This record gives sequence, structure tokens and C-alpha cells, in this order.
Amino acid sequence: MDKNKDWLYEITPKNNLFDLNLKEVWRYRDLLFLFVKRDVVTVYKQTILGPLWYLIQPLFTSVIFTLIFNTIAKIDTGGIPPFLFNLAGVTSWNYFRECLTATADTFKKNQAIFGKVYFPRIIMPMSVVLSNLMKFGIQIGILIAFYIFYVASGSLIRPTIYILTFPLVILCMAMLGLGLGMIISSMVTKYRDLTFLVSFGVQLLMYVSLVNLPYKEFKERGYEWAVDYNPMAHIIEFSRYVLLGEGTVSYFGVLYTVATSLVVFFLGIVIFNRTEKTFIDTI
Amino acid sequence: MLKITGKAKVMEKKTGNQQPITENSQQITVNGDQSTDIILKVENISKQYRLGTLGTGTISHDLNRWWHQIRGKEDPYLKIGETNDRSTKGESEYVWALKDISFEVKRGEVLGIIGKNGAGKSTLLKILSKVTGPTTGSIKTKGRIASLLEVGTGFHPEMTGRENVYLNGAILGMTKKEINVKIDEIIAFSGCQRYIDTPTKRYSSGMTVRLAFAVAAFLEPDILIVDEVLAVGDAEFQKKAIGKMQDISDSDGRTVLFVSHNMAAVKSLCTKSVVLNNGEVVFNGDVHEGVSFYSDMFSKELQEGAKIKAFSDKVSVEKIIINKGDKQLTTGCSLFIGDKITFKFTLLINSITEGLCISLDILNKNEEFIAHISHEDGEIVFEPVYESGKIEVKFTTDKLFFIPDIYSFNLWIGQFQITTLYTMKNVFSFVLEEGELVKRTKALPRHSKFFLNTKWEIND
Repeated sequence: MDKNKDWLYEITPKNNLFDLNLKEVWRYRDLLFLFVKRDVVTVYKQTILGPLWYLIQPLFTSVIFTLIFNTIAKIDTGGIPPFLFNLAGVTSWNYFRECLTATADTFKKNQAIFGKVYFPRIIMPMSVVLSNLMKFGIQIGILIAFYIFYVASGSLIRPTIYILTFPLVILCMAMLGLGLGMIISSMVTKYRDLTFLVSFGVQLLMYVSLVNLPYKEFKERGYEWAVDYNPMAHIIEFSRYVLLGEGTVSYFGVLYTVATSLVVFFLGIVIFNRTEKTFIDTI
Repeated sequence: MLKITGKAKVMEKKTGNQQPITENSQQITVNGDQSTDIILKVENISKQYRLGTLGTGTISHDLNRWWHQIRGKEDPYLKIGETNDRSTKGESEYVWALKDISFEVKRGEVLGIIGKNGAGKSTLLKILSKVTGPTTGSIKTKGRIASLLEVGTGFHPEMTGRENVYLNGAILGMTKKEINVKIDEIIAFSGCQRYIDTPTKRYSSGMTVRLAFAVAAFLEPDILIVDEVLAVGDAEFQKKAIGKMQDISDSDGRTVLFVSHNMAAVKSLCTKSVVLNNGEVVFNGDVHEGVSFYSDMFSKELQEGAKIKAFSDKVSVEKIIINKGDKQLTTGCSLFIGDKITFKFTLLINSITEGLCISLDILNKNEEFIAHISHEDGEIVFEPVYESGKIEVKFTTDKLFFIPDIYSFNLWIGQFQITTLYTMKNVFSFVLEEGELVKRTKALPRHSKFFLNTKWEIND
């Protein structure tokens, strides 16, 4: 009878709060990569420009931003060419935004598949973050191309040594986007109101995330409180600093951002874990 | 004859599989003791659902629940659930779809899960396959559970057949390595070789199902769930699913949970059974006892089922006697294909009735109309006018050639085929089973409507 004790797994009403179940996620790693592949391959199928769309969107946004904020509104970007300033901001912001909005409707979008078969639900948001990372990589490529173009044409921009921390910056963005997305997706299963909040909330958030404005513009006018508590503002300002050598970086900002990212990420996992078992009954 | 030997073979094999092991187990209790090797243990599983729509009430219930939780009290809404009886209107917003379900499955066992629509079978399967969690209780398992109802989950129309095989296989829990080994077999089994590198959106629906099923068929879980109820939609698939299940349980000795309405299939495939009713286990044990328990349960319910509606006081039915030959039948009884039944009505005429006519509808379990019977089919003629008194009417059906199912009769009495005087729903119901007349080895396919008796000859 002894062997009746070594159960492979147990199905219980609630998950342990911090039970990440990494072992199971690891077992399903092939699925994770297949989802990433699916997302990347199928998005632009039957389009003429294909993956070029990845580049067109940030480029056009940056052109418009440059036109409005720098040419018309005369916002000073320091020594950085305004277009490059905006492109750097837009690229980072896009990654965060895509992670957030795509994970925020994980449960709603996948209810057909989740309603039929079990696999660790967290695979879905993880695959979103990873496939967006590939997209982000392509966009970074175009940023670098313009970077080289500006350097060659005599601009005085130089990266700082802190560029080595850039992977950590990406990690922070991913954790923030994923964490927030998981929190929202868990709550959307019951309260659909949040879907509306996300769509316009993200748009408003962009204006206080220093995507198209430098930190000092806020500071000079005494409005720094509007961006000081927004981790994304610090991330974008910091990434511009490491890439272009211009920007305001504070210890508070760095610590605050790292701490918030971690808290949001783990909170997201906890809430997601609690929801994944029974969301199918309430969605 | 063929049929009997076929079944006997299966049974012999099953008992043959278990008998020696139990004998062994008495001598060597530690080693290879299959009869006590419990692979799946379901303990007090309950599932509560909230009825109606989720709306403004949701947040107040959630807050209340949370408030109870931080004070360390029990969830207030767990107490107020009601049993899940679809037909009665309950007081509570919460119902128990499953209530305290417990059973065990041993390795290699084929367990039939039987119950009416809404008894909780699908909810139980959802919990077993981890799609949704139980409200209370726990399930312990020693093996991976997969189910054949997940066919085609996650197919992406823009991806090719091959890519979809990988994706679908991974969703069902296979690793890429496992799929690599089986991919050729899967493609061959599906019969879609030619289209395998074409996006599945160009596939016919039949091809998609074939490919999807091929993936599921090569899945090798420790515990396989087959839900025939959900598979009904596609006849070919259903046949394949059952065939596959037969293979698995016969040759590999794999553990299978089989959900079905088809008692013949349950009897021939399963060794054990669990009968669910209104979310509770009402029987747990041998499959033959389980099936008869289930049909008894059904007939009891059917007996209470006649519903009379009088539209005028002109006519009423005093008595109905139904016979098969000399034997009197009660509602809910079992009949066989090829039986004839006789109805004898005693009608009571209370006031002047002109143009009397009688007809009956025959409905199957899903309330589909199968046949219509009218007194005009016989060569009897009613008097143009009845003033009062009793009339006895009798008719006998030809041989019943429906497929096995549950059938019921609705009676209609009217005037001139237009005005309704009196109706009686569920006058008589019976469970039709395959009898001597059907000499097949396999059960009649349930997606057919009739059994057509045919005469065959071979000319060399």
C-alpha cells in the first residue's frame, strides 16, 4: 500500500500562493517556443510588407512626434537629434505597451483553448513577452541603424558604459508589462470594465512616461511629481541615457523602478495563480 | 451468435487479466499487486456554480467572501448551494454541480461514467483534466490525464498541417522530441500527406478533423478520458474515438474513463462504473449492476412523468393499457428492436363530441420527433357524433425498427384534426435495446435513426 502514497500530482481547489511550478513550465517549454513561433509567423501572413510592419509603426510614430513636439512645440532634446530621441523612447515604450496589452486579455482571448485543455496557463503570457522581445530586437536594429547614420553625419551622441545594463532594463520592462498584464487579465475574467480602462489608460500613461519629452522639461516647470512615481518614465529616461548619453538619472529612480518591477511581477504571478484554476467558470 | 461470442471474448480477457493477479496478490503482497494499485483517487470533490449572469452583484459577493476570509470564517456562499436539479426552480443563486464525489480507479481499469444530461459528468471531466478547479476536495493521480475531447484545440488556420501537428501535440502535453518520433505515423494515419505543408485554412473540415484526431490518437497518457457525449457531432470521429478506445483498453491495459449514454457500449467496454445523478454518486461498482441501476433510476423517473392537459371537458382518458403480446408493460420498461406493442385506451365522453380523432407522436430522448401515429392509419371510423359514454380504442404497432434509445409517446385527442381537446405528454416511455434481431458484433451507430432489417445472400 506504500506506493499509493507517491502521487504524481494532486488537484486541489486552490493553488499555493507562490507555487510557480517551474518544473511544469519546464516540461511544457516546447509549447512555449511553439507559441512564440506561432505569434511571430502568423501575424503578418498574407501581407505584402510582412515583418517590415514591425519597423513602419515606430518610424512613423517618431516622425509625427518629432514634427509635433520638436518642430512645432520646440521642445529641447539636448544634444540629441530629436528624431533619434523619439525613436528610442517609442521603441522602449512599444515593448512595454505590447507586453501589457497583449497579456491583459490572456484569459479572455484564449478561453476556447483554456476551456478544453490544461497546460500551465502562464505559458501564454510568457510566450507573448518572448515574441514581443523578438519584435523589439528588430526595432532595436533599426534604432541602431539610425544611430550609426547620425554618428556618421557628425552628431555628438555617444553611448555610456552603462549600456551594459541594457538587458536589465529590458528585463524590468518585461516584468512590469507581464506583471501588470497578468494582474489585469486575472481581474478581467470577472470585471470586464478593466478592458476599457486598459485601452485608454495605456495611451494616457504614454504622456507621463517621457516617451516624447525629456525629464528636465517636467522638472523645470515643477511637474516632476507627475513622472517620478511612474517606473516606465525612469526606464525610458534611463535607456535614453545609456544609449544616447543624455538624460536625468537618479539613484531613487533606479531603485524605485527595480523594486516596483519586482513587486508588480510577483504580485502578478500570485494573482494569476489564484485565478487560473477557476477563471473558466466566471469569464 | 456472432455478437455473443464477441462480447464474451472481451469479458474473458478482462477477467483473465485480473483474476490471476488477485490470486498472486494474496501470496506476494508487495510485488506487481495491480488490484490495489490505485492510479486515480477522487476524494469529496464538489463544484459550485453561480447561476444567472455575473453583474453588479459579483463585487459585493466577492467583498463579502473576502471579509469572511480575513476574519477566518468559512465562505458564506458555500453553505447556501442547492442540489443541481435542472427542472425545479430553486431559491438559491448557487448550485452544486457536483457534491462530495469520491471514487477510486485502479491501474488498467476501464471505468464507465454514466448519468443523465446535466448529472455532472462533463463537470467532473473538466475537473479531472484540470480545466477548472474543484470548489472543495482533492484528486490525486499517479499518471498524466489526457482526453480525446480536446481534438483540434489550438489549431491555427494560418499554419501548415505539419506546424499544427507540433503545436497541437505540445498543447496536449507532448514534447517536441516525442512528436518528432511520431510525426510520420501521425501524418500517415491522418491521410493528409499531400496537404501537410499547406495552411490548415485551406483544408476541408473533414481533413482538419482527421489531422486533429491523428494527433490525439498518438497521445500516450496514463489515463485517457473519452467523452462520447461531446463527440457525437461528427459521426466518423465518434466511431474512430470508440475504436481507438477499444484498442487502447484491450491491448495496452491503459486506464480509461469513458463517458457515454450508450449503455451497450459501456457494458461491452467497461469493467467498472460510476452512476451520477444530480451531481452525486448514486452507484459505484460493477458495470452490469451499474447499467441496470441506471435504467431502473430512469424508469422510476419516467413513471412519474405523464403530463395531462385538458383543453375542454368533453373527453378524458380513463385508462391506458400497453401490452407486448400478452405481457402488460409499465412505462420505463425495456423493449427490443423488432418488438410490437399494443395500446388500449378507454376514453370517457362527457358531452357531445363531433369529429373525434386521436394521434400520437413518438419522440426520442432528445425530443426529436421520430414518428407520428394517427387513427386514420387504421381502417377504423369513429362515429360522427358521440354523446356520452365510454369508447375503447386499440392499436398495435408494426415491429419497432428504431435504433436503441429512449422513446416516449405523446397523445393528442382532437376534433376534425384541428381543435385540441386533450393532450397527455409522456403517456408511455420505454428503453429500446438491441435484441436478438440485431446480429452485429458492434453496437449500432447512434447517429443513425432507424435499424433497417435487411436480407443478405452470397452468390458464389
